[in-house]
Amino acid sequence: MSILIIKNADKFYGKNHVVKSLNLEVDDSEFLTILGPSGCGKTTTLRMIAGFETPDKGSIILKGEDITYLPPYKRHVNTVFQNYALFPNMNVSENIAFGLQQQKKDKATVDKKVTEMLAMVRMSNFAKRKPAELSGGQQQRVAIARAVANNPAILLLDEPLGALDLKLRKQMQFELKSLQQQLNYTFIYVTHDQEEALTMSDRIAVMNEGVIDQLGTPEEIYNSPSTEFVAGFIGDINKLSGKVTAQNELVCNGQNIIANTKNIPNGKEAKIFLRPENIFITQSNNGIPGKILQTVFAGTHTKLEIQLSDGNIVHINEPVNSERRYTHGDSIHLEVKQHTAIIFE
Amino acid sequence: MNTTSLKNFLVSFSGIAVLLFLYFPLVVIVLFSFNADTVNSFPIQHFSLKWYSVLFRDDELLQSIGTSISIALISTAVALLIGIPAAYAMHKYDFKGKKLIDKIVLMPITLPGIVTGVAMLSFFPFVGVKISLTAVTFGHITFLCAIVVTQMLARFKRLDPYLEQAAYDLGATPSATFFKVILPNIKTAIIGCVLLCLVLSMDEIPVTFFLIAGNNTLPLEIYAMMRRGITPEVNAISTLIFIFSTTAILLSMRLNKEK
Ligand SMILES: Nc1ncnc2c1ncn2[C@@H]1O[C@H](COP(=O)(O)OP(=O)(O)O)[C@@H](O)[C@H]1O
Ligand SMILES: [Mg+2]
Repeated sequence: MSILIIKNADKFYGKNHVVKSLNLEVDDSEFLTILGPSGCGKTTTLRMIAGFETPDKGSIILKGEDITYLPPYKRHVNTVFQNYALFPNMNVSENIAFGLQQQKKDKATVDKKVTEMLAMVRMSNFAKRKPAELSGGQQQRVAIARAVANNPAILLLDEPLGALDLKLRKQMQFELKSLQQQLNYTFIYVTHDQEEALTMSDRIAVMNEGVIDQLGTPEEIYNSPSTEFVAGFIGDINKLSGKVTAQNELVCNGQNIIANTKNIPNGKEAKIFLRPENIFITQSNNGIPGKILQTVFAGTHTKLEIQLSDGNIVHINEPVNSERRYTHGDSIHLEVKQHTAIIFE
Repeated sequence: MNTTSLKNFLVSFSGIAVLLFLYFPLVVIVLFSFNADTVNSFPIQHFSLKWYSVLFRDDELLQSIGTSISIALISTAVALLIGIPAAYAMHKYDFKGKKLIDKIVLMPITLPGIVTGVAMLSFFPFVGVKISLTAVTFGHITFLCAIVVTQMLARFKRLDPYLEQAAYDLGATPSATFFKVILPNIKTAIIGCVLLCLVLSMDEIPVTFFLIAGNNTLPLEIYAMMRRGITPEVNAISTLIFIFSTTAILLSMRLNKEK
């Protein structure tokens, strides 16, 4: 069942068309990520759900109720802001209690919920601290507890981990994901970090210039991107060129490749997108010929930069424990795993 | 002496000269306020607090202090009640004429006091306010409003805009947001603003001069005393005003700087 439906939402800032006829249905209890490059309209979309912006056209429906024009304080959604926006004049407990107090809950109920929330985000020992006396990660936890305390129908998170360093970010990704599963809440999570989106989400909506290009599970988005933009934005990918020779057959640098050619007619030029993990160096002589340009050690593997005979450059990852070592100038042959190439016209 | 050190010397010399020029009269007044003799002459023969005790027995002076304090308190309170919501509205909403207001809000302060004074002198009777301490209070409210609006607007601009949104997001109505989130976070700026307003009101002469009838305010009372000659009593009251004003202004500057 859809808990939230955005129907044909348009948003203009002056002449700038920021969100374009956007449609999105969010399932109950899912972790949905809106992923896209900076400036593509993610925050604007989230702010329309929270009520800080009103769409110029279209509607937003929460649990069957049209909330398009409802002010933010009357909506049953809560936001975790990127800069946390904790109230500096209140301590941790008071921050968490604020939303409950606005609903005029009695003191015993508020106290009980605050204690519960503090325990949930492991901040019980910091209840009396002011936000300025907390680290970034701790402020983050308080911001989450404060938003969750209101029991929102949907929790909105706008790049909540953006300000944390890499290690803490990885840890918080796990914490957020397990929190979402434990609470069984609907999360709408905004990020420009594709790796974060892949690891955390049930579904990802890939957004580009105000439009959702593709909505699907991380596997669908990764393995069968529906547009060139999605293919290029998610994960590492190599762009090769070739020609369609028959239904689901192409030729690339003189080698046959089997892949879904969709409805591209025979004889047409095509773009071939290939993930690094689907290209191997073969010891036989019938592969795509190429030359090693560069090798870079990267811990678990070595990154190889290879120039093909048609001039295209390919990057692949070679396990460090493979028997052969390659160096600059080596001539090699590449084999492509069948049915893995993604083809665009 | 090479040119750099000559330049340095000239710069620090002129700096010190300016400071001396500004503060020497103050130092003299403070010193003479402790002079036991009636005649101001160096070197001071006997130090005493005599003039301070004379001061506290001068009924007219004490009354003028009372008048000034009441006017300062009332006009500051009213200016805050008008100025803070006005500044909040100017910060929050975009409306026609906002730019214009932004520019002219400081007019009552930047215009020479004499212009404001004359303008009010002819305007107030026109709307039925007689020349009186009430008129003086209205006059002070006018220019203090300008101070409050500019000071508070600057504070609102430094406030994290997401605080307000976070409050709405958690279900707080606009008024609850203002009283529970906005106001507590601009508290120090308000206190600073109050101190500044009190000092400016206590110290005001031009506008007051045109509108006053009946009892004198403190600055006008001092002015009246001076016509009888610069008595050591004037030195004493000036010293007290100097200490009070400097403390209040320094405190106000500190509070306004705070995040
Ligand atoms: N309040 C605003 N006024 C004018 N333009 C805005 C405003 N907010 C965002 N924009 C513009 O809208 C576009 C989308 O912004 P945003 O939704 O914040 O993108 P994202 O969150 O994906 O980085 C950007 O080009 C941005 O400059
Ligand atoms: Mg954004």
